[in-house]
Amino acid sequence: MFQVRIHGRGGQGVVSAAEMLSIAAFEEGKHSQAVPSFGSERMGAPVVAYVRIDDKEIELREPVLEPDLLIVQDPTLFTAIDVFAGLRDDGYVLINTRKTAEELGIGEATQRLPEGHVATVAATELAMRHLKRPTPNTVLLGAFTAMNDIVKLESVFKAIQKKFPGKIGEMNVTAAQAAHDVAAAD
Amino acid sequence: MLKQVEGSHAVAEAVALCRPEVISAYPITPQTHIVEDLGTMVKAGGIENCEFLLVESEFGALSACIGSSAAGARSYTATSSQGMLFMMEAVYNASGMGLPIVMTVGNRAIGAPINIWNDWGDAMSARDAGWIQLFVESNQQAVDVHIQAFKLAEQLSLPVMVCMDGFILTHSYSRVDIPEQEQVDAFLPAFEPRQVLDPAVPVSMGAMVGPEAFTEVRYLAHHKQMEALELIPEQAAAFQQIFGRDSGGLTKSFECEGAETVVVTMGSVIGTMKEVLAGMRADGISIGALAVRSFRPFPKDTLRACLQNAKRVIVFEKCLAVGMGGILAMNLRMALKDFPIRVHSAIGGLGGRPITRANLRRMFEKGIRDEMEEPHFHDIQMDIVERELERERAQRRSGSIAENILQDVGVVAAAKTI
Repeated sequence: MFQVRIHGRGGQGVVSAAEMLSIAAFEEGKHSQAVPSFGSERMGAPVVAYVRIDDKEIELREPVLEPDLLIVQDPTLFTAIDVFAGLRDDGYVLINTRKTAEELGIGEATQRLPEGHVATVAATELAMRHLKRPTPNTVLLGAFTAMNDIVKLESVFKAIQKKFPGKIGEMNVTAAQAAHDVAAAD
Repeated sequence: MLKQVEGSHAVAEAVALCRPEVISAYPITPQTHIVEDLGTMVKAGGIENCEFLLVESEFGALSACIGSSAAGARSYTATSSQGMLFMMEAVYNASGMGLPIVMTVGNRAIGAPINIWNDWGDAMSARDAGWIQLFVESNQQAVDVHIQAFKLAEQLSLPVMVCMDGFILTHSYSRVDIPEQEQVDAFLPAFEPRQVLDPAVPVSMGAMVGPEAFTEVRYLAHHKQMEALELIPEQAAAFQQIFGRDSGGLTKSFECEGAETVVVTMGSVIGTMKEVLAGMRADGISIGALAVRSFRPFPKDTLRACLQNAKRVIVFEKCLAVGMGGILAMNLRMALKDFPIRVHSAIGGLGGRPITRANLRRMFEKGIRDEMEEPHFHDIQMDIVERELERERAQRRSGSIAENILQDVGVVAAAKTI
């Protein structure tokens, strides 16, 4: 089972990101579960959502305590909460930032991870360019598909279009493609 | 058709397949998405001959269903928490009048203090109201049990609550097999009411019943629920024949045959428990689980048959009868009263506190050692409780318990990180 924890703030589409990742996994014939962490919904509040992906039915209902992947949509959270709690030694970290891990002050926390398991993408900038809105969620999903083969970029496209049919979906697909290309080039 | 959808959306699709004629709704978290999705479907013409009523309150929501059901229309609503309390007079009226309304309860705690998260406080507040109460473990079951609920309600002329854990199920995405319309039509016949409000043939409903007949009316309410004990398994079997899935029924055993210790619970927590119990069995511990799927009627005989050979039972429930203890435990002890079985009562997950594999295993091990307090408050922070008790001993004007505890939780959490 592959477990994901997505951190962000209210309004950034954290819950939608989890839902789309689960749809992408479903599109590949896998079982998947996406669950928000059930906080009160308000702009700016720290938000967490979880995704599980497996080849068999997922019945586990506890929060994701030992993630294989952390997606951090807002790097200011590193000083607010323990984002890395429970991250597996062979886990992945994907951060929405222009800075390096060292500049963010998380060099130590990410050092133990295997090479290529930490990626940074300026997702909000890409979102502003392609969507004219500071919602980094679909951008980061695109970037994630460049890190490993848990889900394919095409499946993320399908998920985006299911969640946001029409023009908005198309714009998000373009943004996700751009993020994938940036992450793949790194 | 397999879909990856939110639990609420899956329920909305299931309800739509049941061809409701009136849906009456008032929003309250966490059931809101269900009626929102149904509203969208009705507006788009996706449900034939269906009227969607936006009412002014939960009391209005269920009262409208009482009227429409009395007029012979298949009627549906959904609620949670405080919304259930606000409609409580109508809850009793719907069952007392024998109206087969189906209502989803997106289970949520009851305040004060206000809390939007999951526990069973709302459903339990109506446990003696005469409704059938079915608890589901997954979103697939939520779909399947709603379809069975309409059939059951209409066969018995009794309203049915389908209870699903708020957020954990209502807001989670998972793979769900949404049945075909033809399958649902084959299973669920058109609604044939026992009583109809019709201007052409005037009748009165809701008559005053005095001491001369009230006992008999109440007896029949109980009798009907006892009939449901036969009907629920029959319908689950009929459902399985058409849809190929084991959903519904009175109880569900998870390797509890021959187990020394059996955990009894309801709702979605069984999923996490199954993993814990598999691990414990692998370590040589004789332990299984039994999910109660029908809480009202309470399947006493089935539970007796399943549990008679157990040495001990650990009841885990997300609700508390304040001043008494565990509600499910109380009911189960009555069912097992003449068996020499130890019944431990554990209460947890209140107001949405996460239930994890690690803390469940610790609790089960404590139960197996027969070291549980009565009742046992799962994963409670006793240091926080002690602080408040100390404060109350020290000063008369100790303030609001909820505010004090919140502050203490913050202080203790900060101290732990230093």
